[in-house]
Amino acid sequence: MTAAPEHATTAPQVDSPTGSARNTLDVERVRAEFPILHQEIYGKPLAYLDNAASSQKPRPVMDAMTEVMESYYSNVHRGVHRLSQVSTDHYEGAREKIARFINAPKTDEVIFTRGATEAINLVASSYGRAFLKPGQEVLITALEHHSNIVPWQLLRDQLGIKLRVAPVEQDGTVRPEAVTELINDNTGMVAIAHVSNALGTVLPVRQIADAAHAKGLPVLVDGCQATPHQKVDVQALGADFYAFSGHKMYGPTGIGVLWGRMDLLKQMPPYQGGGEMIYSVSFEESTFKGPPHGFEAGTPAIVEAIGLGAAADWLSAHDLDAVAAHEQRLLEYATERLSAIEGLTIWGRAENKAAIVSFTMDQAHAHDVGTIVDRAGVAIRAGHHCAQPLMERYGLSSTVRASFGIYNTEQEVDQLADALGFVRELFG
Amino acid sequence: MMDELRELYQDVILDHGKKPRNFGGLEGYNHLAQGHNPMCGDTLVVYLKVDDDNVIQDVSFKGKGCAISVASASMMTEMLKGKPVAEAETLFQAFHDMCTQDEPNVPDGVDEDALERLQVLSGVREFPVRVKCATLAWHTMEAAVHGNEEISTE
Repeated sequence: MTAAPEHATTAPQVDSPTGSARNTLDVERVRAEFPILHQEIYGKPLAYLDNAASSQKPRPVMDAMTEVMESYYSNVHRGVHRLSQVSTDHYEGAREKIARFINAPKTDEVIFTRGATEAINLVASSYGRAFLKPGQEVLITALEHHSNIVPWQLLRDQLGIKLRVAPVEQDGTVRPEAVTELINDNTGMVAIAHVSNALGTVLPVRQIADAAHAKGLPVLVDGCQATPHQKVDVQALGADFYAFSGHKMYGPTGIGVLWGRMDLLKQMPPYQGGGEMIYSVSFEESTFKGPPHGFEAGTPAIVEAIGLGAAADWLSAHDLDAVAAHEQRLLEYATERLSAIEGLTIWGRAENKAAIVSFTMDQAHAHDVGTIVDRAGVAIRAGHHCAQPLMERYGLSSTVRASFGIYNTEQEVDQLADALGFVRELFG
Repeated sequence: MMDELRELYQDVILDHGKKPRNFGGLEGYNHLAQGHNPMCGDTLVVYLKVDDDNVIQDVSFKGKGCAISVASASMMTEMLKGKPVAEAETLFQAFHDMCTQDEPNVPDGVDEDALERLQVLSGVREFPVRVKCATLAWHTMEAAVHGNEEISTE
């Protein structure tokens, strides 16, 4: 194979899809990369404000995935043939991209999973069974997604461990002391969200991690709602495990990541058994590979992993501080517009908050609001956001949630606010 | 947009949704079931007092829900009082068909006046995810008369 020159060398290299000015975000240019956004829903322009549930995919992600299947798809780590080698290089290349994206010290600390849910289940099942003892506590917070509650409950029922829950304030804040004061000699592990999917609260991960580490405890961070919206540095955060999903960060479904500290991963037993994760198998015994492949039993989601690598590169090509600033402006504007609507209550007003606005209306149930704004072309989530214990904390069964991403605009906030005006008109 | 939504949220529905009839527990009930819509987390409880001749003497409901599910539950309680259980189930079948089919079949012996009144809820046909909201109370009622204490629309 002839090696093509990596970059054209005559012109200054422009590596950002938003142009050379990396400190600003050209939202129109971003939107141009998302074909799905340019359509009408019931005759109204689509305003996609359901990014916390799942985000749309930019052209470079689709192209990367199409290229795999058109040009070099094959199974990885298997064949002596050329395509298998190329596929393996790209699959492992995606791992390197992810490692850079979250500033992992070692590429081999990045394990591909089906999503954040599987990543947390992997830790609960492998680390939990090996190292947690009956009576020990796993400390979580009251705002966790079901995916950071249920795996620990399953483990509790199997192992006899306990679940401790740190409280959340009325405004959605999680005070670091509220978590750290629950750490005791019986605590075995701390598992917390980085950003709440239901309220937008950003948790004080570093302070919590420092307190946990002072007791020698590992900290798992559910980073699903952080990776699409801010620069994530797992080392600066002080995380020991960091879980996230591809589809919320403009990548494909069916792929996610567990990053774990190598010294912990090396001590952990396999999660699932099968092909790919073994050195050798006989009917008497089998020997296993080390991380990451020892945790990736079976043929992985090859196309999706490469798509996720492309999504990480695509996001990193933007100035993530500018992305965060853009989303903060949308959050402020949405908070201002929605607060002005009579009978509307915003749940979650933490000072440090991602661009998620969860609200209820006195006039109408969340489900009715969802149906009405849908007819105005606005896609939002109405429901419990897979955080039922949190909803219960506030005496709610459901809220309406508008969640913003890199491609959203102030006009879309207006479209939502106007549609909510119609809810008031209809329901009085 | 306005027209379709006004078709779904007719005044009758908004009225029942805001001021549900027969709302609350029921003294002396002998059948109860809890209905759950996992999509939105809403829960309804339906209470029934059924006499020895299998006639529904009284019925009430309580719980949280959207305008569609509360209105449907409220209207159901108004219609079922005094009806034999078998007739209530026939009405549910006819109502269910009306919410899901363009040309619903009207079964023999159904209370046609009641079915006519339930027509206001048939707008959910155009909003498939909301069919479960309209039928939750009815599924719950059916579970209650068959002695099942908990049902889910999943």
